[in-house]
Amino acid sequence: MFFAIKNLNVFYGVIHALKDITINVEEGEIVTLIGSNGAGKTSTLRAISSLVKIKSGEIIFKDKNITGSRAADIVKMGISHVPEGRRIFPDMTVAENLSMGAYLRKDKAGIKQDLEMIFDRFPILKQREKQLGGTLSGGEQQMLTMGRALMSKPKLMLLDEPSMGLSPIYVQQIFSIIKDINKTGTTILLVEQNANMALHLAQRAYILETGNIVKSGKAQELLNSDDVRNAYLGGK
Amino acid sequence: MELFIQQIINGISIGSIYALIALGYTMVYGIIKLINFAHGDILMIGAYVGLYCVLLFKLPLIPSIIIAMILCALLGVVTEKVAYRPLRNAPRIAVLITAIGVSFLLEYIMVYFFKANSRTYPTDFFSFGSANIAGITIPIDKMVVAGITIALMILVQIIIKKTKLGKSIRAVSSDRDAAQLMGISVDRAISFTFIIGSALAGVAGVMYGAMFTINPLMGIQPGIKAFVAAVFGGIGSIPGAILGGLLLGIIETLVSAYFSSSIKDAVAFAILIIILVVRPSGLLGKNVKEKV
Ligand SMILES: Nc1ncnc2c1ncn2[C@@H]1O[C@H](COP(=O)(O)OP(=O)(O)O)[C@@H](O)[C@H]1O
Ligand SMILES: [Mg+2]
Repeated sequence: MFFAIKNLNVFYGVIHALKDITINVEEGEIVTLIGSNGAGKTSTLRAISSLVKIKSGEIIFKDKNITGSRAADIVKMGISHVPEGRRIFPDMTVAENLSMGAYLRKDKAGIKQDLEMIFDRFPILKQREKQLGGTLSGGEQQMLTMGRALMSKPKLMLLDEPSMGLSPIYVQQIFSIIKDINKTGTTILLVEQNANMALHLAQRAYILETGNIVKSGKAQELLNSDDVRNAYLGGK
Repeated sequence: MELFIQQIINGISIGSIYALIALGYTMVYGIIKLINFAHGDILMIGAYVGLYCVLLFKLPLIPSIIIAMILCALLGVVTEKVAYRPLRNAPRIAVLITAIGVSFLLEYIMVYFFKANSRTYPTDFFSFGSANIAGITIPIDKMVVAGITIALMILVQIIIKKTKLGKSIRAVSSDRDAAQLMGISVDRAISFTFIIGSALAGVAGVMYGAMFTINPLMGIQPGIKAFVAAVFGGIGSIPGAILGGLLLGIIETLVSAYFSSSIKDAVAFAILIIILVVRPSGLLGKNVKEKV
């Protein structure tokens, strides 16, 4: 089994944010987790990355039970998380931000090579190499945070609303980059509110509502389902 | 003119000590948002360590400083582990009160074991005579203080800017969650911050102790001044702490030279208040609103 969450429960005090959710992701897939604001999408990704405590449940990665591992070990195992709201380091330069993504790596030559690869994929970051992260536009920051996540050479990439607050041109660009990243061998778990775009990109999808998985299946089928169209795609 | 230049050098020398202490305040604040009230007491412990290096082992200045650095770093990191780390997710006021508690604890443990009376280093520990540069007599000990602190400040800047350790401290200070997602251990970054800050306080303690007298409560005054210097420069900003410390030292030295030494603190603090009214985030602090 490549990646799975089994019967995961997360609480914030008395708030039961994730209720027994189960998700699995096969190697090479793009799977999307969609749902409206406050549904628990971010909590799911934060639980995977060990940024929030899990009450019960299991997280499996490459046949290993990784529940309760430290955040750093999860990165080391090959899970990289692009957080909601980008969260770049504003006082570090673009180059420094990218190097932070390789924090746990020791292979200098490989890091250099990957940096070139990222500059190829995001030419704008090459142009802005010496600029402080905080001076970048929203779309550029999104590229930076994705580039930073790629610097750890992830097998599985968690993306939390990468299209949030971006202009349509950037959204298109970001989605096509996600597709590219997936083609070069990185499995993707994509959280989105932009259900339409996400369902067109992903092979499979899960729909989260107030902490419950209410629907799951092939993205194409969900796109054609009337319920989903009414609830998440604005009717039509 | 000669007096003015001498006073500027005096100001830089005391100011650079404030700056060393302020660095610890500002770095700890930057990473855990705590005003570490026990920081001045680490300086006091450093002064005692230096004193006993001289009294028991007849060590000269530099080796005494190095031993004080090591022991203070150890004390700082242990304090963080024992007193502050268990409160990592507690309200900030709880941690602040704990820091005040740690401060009293260190002070009165020292009163108990080493008595409250003031002591001095042997006079030959820190006397280097004076030099004559371009017709101006300059005490060498002041230059030694400024030289040591400037070297340490450059070292800290290099650590923070260039090393992986420094980058981990910057990352955790800027965004703890994002830093964890890079694989950085928050605990380790915080420990290293306390190590660096406390080691610098140790150095400051030996030099401050050698310039003045030492007793278990000696850390309070330079501690408060360095705290003010850190706020003045912009709390959380490393260059701010250095600038704030130096300016505070120079201002209070000039005021006591040209007006009166009894009013120096009042004038220095009045200037600081005015600057903070105009620029609440301090000279080099960022004008960002507190995250809620
Ligand atoms: N740190 C927190 N403390 C308390 N409640 C939280 C916290 N983070 C999220 N929640 C709550 O958990 C629920 C799920 O939030 P979240 O995972 O951020 O949803 P989404 O990402 O789908 O918008 C919401 O009701 C939210 O208010
Ligand atoms: Mg969210």
